[in-house]
Amino acid sequence: MTDIQSLYSEKVMEHFRNPRNVGEMENPDGTGHVGNPICGDIMELYVRIKDNVITDAKFKTFGCGAAIATSSMVTEMVIGKTIDEALEISNKTVAEALGGLPAAKMHCSVLAEDALRSAIEDYRSKQKKGKSKAKKK
Amino acid sequence: MKRIYLDYAATTPTHPDVVEAMLPYFHDYFGNPSSIYSYGQEAKGAIEKAREQVATLINARDEEIVFTSGGTEADNFAIEGVAFSDPERRHIITSTIEHHAVIETCKFLESRGFEVTYLPVDSDGLVDPDDARKAITGKTCLISIMHANNEIGTIQPIVELAAIAREAGVYFHTDAVQTTGQLPIDVSDLGVDLLSISAHKLYGPKGIGALYIRKGTKLVPFMHGGGQERNRRGSTENVPGIVGFGKATEIALKSMGSEIERQTGLRDRLIKGIPEQINGVRLNGHPTMRLPNNVNVSIDYVEGESMLLNLDLENICASTGSACSSSSLEASHVLLALGLGHEQAHSSLRFTMGKWTTEEDIDRVMEVLPGIVNRLRAMSPLLKSQK
Repeated sequence: MTDIQSLYSEKVMEHFRNPRNVGEMENPDGTGHVGNPICGDIMELYVRIKDNVITDAKFKTFGCGAAIATSSMVTEMVIGKTIDEALEISNKTVAEALGGLPAAKMHCSVLAEDALRSAIEDYRSKQKKGKSKAKKK
Repeated sequence: MKRIYLDYAATTPTHPDVVEAMLPYFHDYFGNPSSIYSYGQEAKGAIEKAREQVATLINARDEEIVFTSGGTEADNFAIEGVAFSDPERRHIITSTIEHHAVIETCKFLESRGFEVTYLPVDSDGLVDPDDARKAITGKTCLISIMHANNEIGTIQPIVELAAIAREAGVYFHTDAVQTTGQLPIDVSDLGVDLLSISAHKLYGPKGIGALYIRKGTKLVPFMHGGGQERNRRGSTENVPGIVGFGKATEIALKSMGSEIERQTGLRDRLIKGIPEQINGVRLNGHPTMRLPNNVNVSIDYVEGESMLLNLDLENICASTGSACSSSSLEASHVLLALGLGHEQAHSSLRFTMGKWTTEEDIDRVMEVLPGIVNRLRAMSPLLKSQK
């Protein structure tokens, strides 16, 4: 194993090499767009939600190996979960699922958690707007 | 699969002839050069031979070479040595793109009441000599500008800058860690008073370097101890390291001419080839006033570390100015000083070639890089899919 790869766990490298759920989503129910001011990483997370369950998730990420792997992992973790279950996912659980991250890269997992929360918030605010519109009619 | 090393600016493999020259000085000729018996004198003789070899490489006198633990110590020594030698003159001029060894030393001095002017650079990374001239005050003791930048390869107009310093009666230091052994250096032609060298950048061992100190330059000793190096740098000499350093400079002198030509050819093939195959590429650093072995590009929409990881999976070793690969998490101060946006600084990739880089190595980079970039661009939120 060469230097840079031994920085990361096998699981991180596996997700980095074969990231799941890459791409944009047409008309997502919620979008999270977050940037990390510390290291300049940018992540977009899209979710499809039906009957309170996340049925699909996709991501696009500009960032290092850890940022890409955490993005991939978080999409894999949320699909099939209810919103409340998804909100229980924290940066630590993402990092743990990846077999750990180097200390200097833990901030990347915060990005994934933030993106998820922001996507759910976006979904909820759209729901509220939808309801208030329905009432007005 | 063969590993392709394209990070010679970070460090170079020690030349086998250098290792061979060093070996006897660990066990057979192990003496302390300060001892008067034969073991000591053998070691002392070896040091003086190496001093002559290093001096020859930069056309200095033997006694103007002081061995240090490396380039960082040489930079610290030069700057603090001058700064602490005249209590009346507490102003230093440097640039925004210096190596950390210079910038952090200057920041330390600022914290101790010194004033430091950081000269800006243009978009190619060049310091304007006029800016240096205007920055000089009656309090200025030193101007320190690097010979060539380690990240972007830009070579500064040292002759012009050093002449300005001399005219004003100000000492001039240059960090020549990236150029010594790579480009011809003549300290008289350059007109510098102090020049830093590191052995491991020129196929010598790590842990050894030198500071050239022009005869008559006033500076306080950096390491206080047993009077070694003519009272300028205490500490029992690193004899094997010094011997290896000397040998490395001798080899460099012989091969320099042909290597400059060969590496410039490899460099220009990459500089030309990358944008032919990948769109959205910017060359960082000066197009011609540039180290023969340095290629630094920003590739739009893709982050540096993720490119490095993918290259590493293909057994290619390169470098980036992206924050994400550094322990500080800050983007390269050099790329930001050129006026690049944060995203462009994060998208940089540096290849630095050396003695053992081949045409095939360059071909291999050209073969794998476009695929890596395409794959990462497909997942980049900075590049919206065309619909």
